[in-house]
Amino acid sequence: MSATTVPKGKTPVFYQLEEEHHEPGGSTLLGFWMYLMSDCLIFAMLFAAWGVYGTSYAGGPTSHELFELPLVAVNTAMLLFSSITYGFAMIAMQEQRKGAVQAWLLLTAVFGAAFLGIELYEFSNLIHEGAGPWRSAFLSSFFTLVGTHGLHVTFGLIWLFTLMVQIGRKGLIPANVRRLQCLSLFWHFLDVIWIGVFTFVYLFGAMR
Amino acid sequence: MSDTLKMIFGRLSIESLPIHEPIVVATFCGVALGGIALLGALTYFRLWGYLWKEWFTTVDHKRIGIMYMVLGLVMLLRGFADAIMMRGQQAMAFGANEGYLNAHHYDQVFTAHGVIMIFFVAMPFVTGLMNFVVPLQIGARDVSFPFLNNFSFWMTAAGAALVMASLFIGEFARTGWLAMAPLSGLDYSPDVGVDYYVWALQIAGVGTLLSGVNLVATIVKMRAPGMGLMKMPIFTWTALATNILIVAAFPVLTAVLAMLSLDRYVGTHFFTNTAGGNPMMYVNMIWIWGHPEVYILILPAFGVFSEVTSTFSSKRLFGYTSMVYAVLVITILSYLVWLHHFFTMGSGASVNSFFGITTMIISIPTGAKIFNWLFTMYKGRIRFELPMMWTIAFMLTFVIGGMTGVMLAVPPADFVLHNSLFLVAHFHNVIIGGVLFGMFAGINYWWPKAFGFKLDKKWGLVSFWCWVVGFWVAFTPLYVLGLMGVTRRLRHFDDPSLQIWFVIAAIGAAIIAVGIAAFLLQIFVSIRNREALRDETGDPWNARTLEWATSSPPPAYNFAFSPIIHDLDAWYDMKSRGAVRPVSGYLPIHMPKNTWAGIVLAGFSLGFGFAMIWYIWWLAAASFLGLIVTAIAHTFNYDRDFYITAEEVTETENARTAVLARHGA
Repeated sequence: MSATTVPKGKTPVFYQLEEEHHEPGGSTLLGFWMYLMSDCLIFAMLFAAWGVYGTSYAGGPTSHELFELPLVAVNTAMLLFSSITYGFAMIAMQEQRKGAVQAWLLLTAVFGAAFLGIELYEFSNLIHEGAGPWRSAFLSSFFTLVGTHGLHVTFGLIWLFTLMVQIGRKGLIPANVRRLQCLSLFWHFLDVIWIGVFTFVYLFGAMR
Repeated sequence: MSDTLKMIFGRLSIESLPIHEPIVVATFCGVALGGIALLGALTYFRLWGYLWKEWFTTVDHKRIGIMYMVLGLVMLLRGFADAIMMRGQQAMAFGANEGYLNAHHYDQVFTAHGVIMIFFVAMPFVTGLMNFVVPLQIGARDVSFPFLNNFSFWMTAAGAALVMASLFIGEFARTGWLAMAPLSGLDYSPDVGVDYYVWALQIAGVGTLLSGVNLVATIVKMRAPGMGLMKMPIFTWTALATNILIVAAFPVLTAVLAMLSLDRYVGTHFFTNTAGGNPMMYVNMIWIWGHPEVYILILPAFGVFSEVTSTFSSKRLFGYTSMVYAVLVITILSYLVWLHHFFTMGSGASVNSFFGITTMIISIPTGAKIFNWLFTMYKGRIRFELPMMWTIAFMLTFVIGGMTGVMLAVPPADFVLHNSLFLVAHFHNVIIGGVLFGMFAGINYWWPKAFGFKLDKKWGLVSFWCWVVGFWVAFTPLYVLGLMGVTRRLRHFDDPSLQIWFVIAAIGAAIIAVGIAAFLLQIFVSIRNREALRDETGDPWNARTLEWATSSPPPAYNFAFSPIIHDLDAWYDMKSRGAVRPVSGYLPIHMPKNTWAGIVLAGFSLGFGFAMIWYIWWLAAASFLGLIVTAIAHTFNYDRDFYITAEEVTETENARTAVLARHGA
């Protein structure tokens, strides 16, 4: 069999007598990654719903009439910028520059909040025009998909501010570094989802 | 005045309490008296502190596993009470006799039965067993995320609590266990029933998903040195497959239930008949979760049977590699068959053929497993202990259930059998004959590991024979009735010639009731006779995998020294090559601390769910805020672990050394 099989007659070592040093939180990134993939499946279902309902206007307004691409372009830029600034925060983290990390995180939060603000403005405009989620299945799936993404960004922001307080208190200790890495995965994941939303919902929707 | 009341209580009022339903009132009195007696006893014996410190806040995977099993057992009693009510109703409600359950009540009973048995009996049993066994089998000291494990359990318990609350406050769904739209929409189900369903499953679903993530990470990251993937015990393999399925399937359920609740709360049009909604989308999405779900339940049972067959045949499992591949093939195929649940929806011949064929293909790896078990037994020295008996009963029962499944997989046949009692008989045949028998085999097998004494064999045999015989008496008539065209979920029948079959089925249910009672008695008698049934070796079955290498019950840290694995069936390898247990040189062991956060977070979730069900918006907002604040506060606690001192380890292990010396080991 394999290399660990010991030749007959010789008693192999069966117990590890020296304690091996286990990195605390050694499974965290794997576990968080798996959580993200499960989250990704929620979005997959919402995209599937969009695929089915995307043209179910029910006599109401269509995506072509409703979507304002320039606004969405600005919004997308906000989110992409926030991803870049988060990346800079991670670089600063590797260089153990606490102040720089905090500054980049704050900038990330500003872009994230701008993204949310623009999204809420768009939503309230739509509802004002009588194109709320209850108008048609098309709008139900639009609001749910985009809104779920927005909700994730909101929780990301809460997490980000919490983490800033924790870094402020404890500095860039391993536990906080791990948290920064998890939030980084989360934040970039939301970016990837948004690319899908921008393409399949807004661009394709506006072209219909 | 009424506006103020509405703001405080939402749509909850005195009329929500089913005081005019004598059955429910009697049940409530029984539950209340029992509950008060239990709480009184706990207070009288001053057990609250012990329970809180040692159990409720524990992060020990073994204790969490045991709590899952207790939850599953309690809910089994509730789910079975529903079952016997249905069998009684159907046995008597013919012609002029309307039975004793009105339609409103009967529809809740069959819905609650399905929901409880799948989500709050089978799932806790399966998760509990995996939680208890997997870390021990891979030579680990705990799971990857011990706090998350505690939190997951309490979320599952909170979901169960909501379902139980629906019995006495308001009502449960009347839609069937999958709450198919548009029936489950606000137009046809304006009451709280479906809301109970949605929130119970959403809250429990969080727990299930997180425990799935946790166990996958544990199996991938925490195996003892030398345990390559192909040296993993087969139960751990099935646990890995099941938890991958959980991570990949439960988000789908979350998404589809979220859309249903948006339809109900916000007025969206996902599954409505109007404004572009499409109920067929609900059917598709719920079964994309639902089909993998049945494999989530059955795969760990397959793992139990594999361990049991090999142990009690005193042989290495036949075809280990093929077993692993069979598990993985089933895992993948389980995603490609969901449409066989609704061949009649009208997807067309090509689509139906595709899904019919993929369904039939699943029987190939499953059949391979059956042959592997048979060949393991062949020329083995078989010991007919209880776990082995459950395993043999499983093989006989499950093969029949599997074959009726292949019949249903043929689309033209399914057009005749769809929604009939034949289907009901089929899935009980595989779930009882597969999952439940597997859980009983597992409980009888691992009980001595968990508590240090075996379960009583006499009462175990009574339970075993009543379950097996009762199952066949209860469900064979349903196969017959299904072939005659009787559909499921009927409360009343006109054709008196059918009655005899329902009477036989009711007798079967009564025999099963004796089986359940005997099982409870088995536990009771075993606890009473625990000294006589005591096993001090930690290996009462002469077993083969690592969990038997440590004491029973295992110490909090499981293994004082991590074992090094050289072969499949690591413990058998250690025994046969004379591994010597080290008796000195113990080191301090790093362990996670207990935490209150899990139960508190689940408590807020329970409050949130209840408030949402009854439209008590202020309570919903307050609970949600409590949830967020607690979660954030918990992250400020960096001090989450401690060391068990070397002295304490030495003391524990020396006691074990002395015991083993007495047994001449």
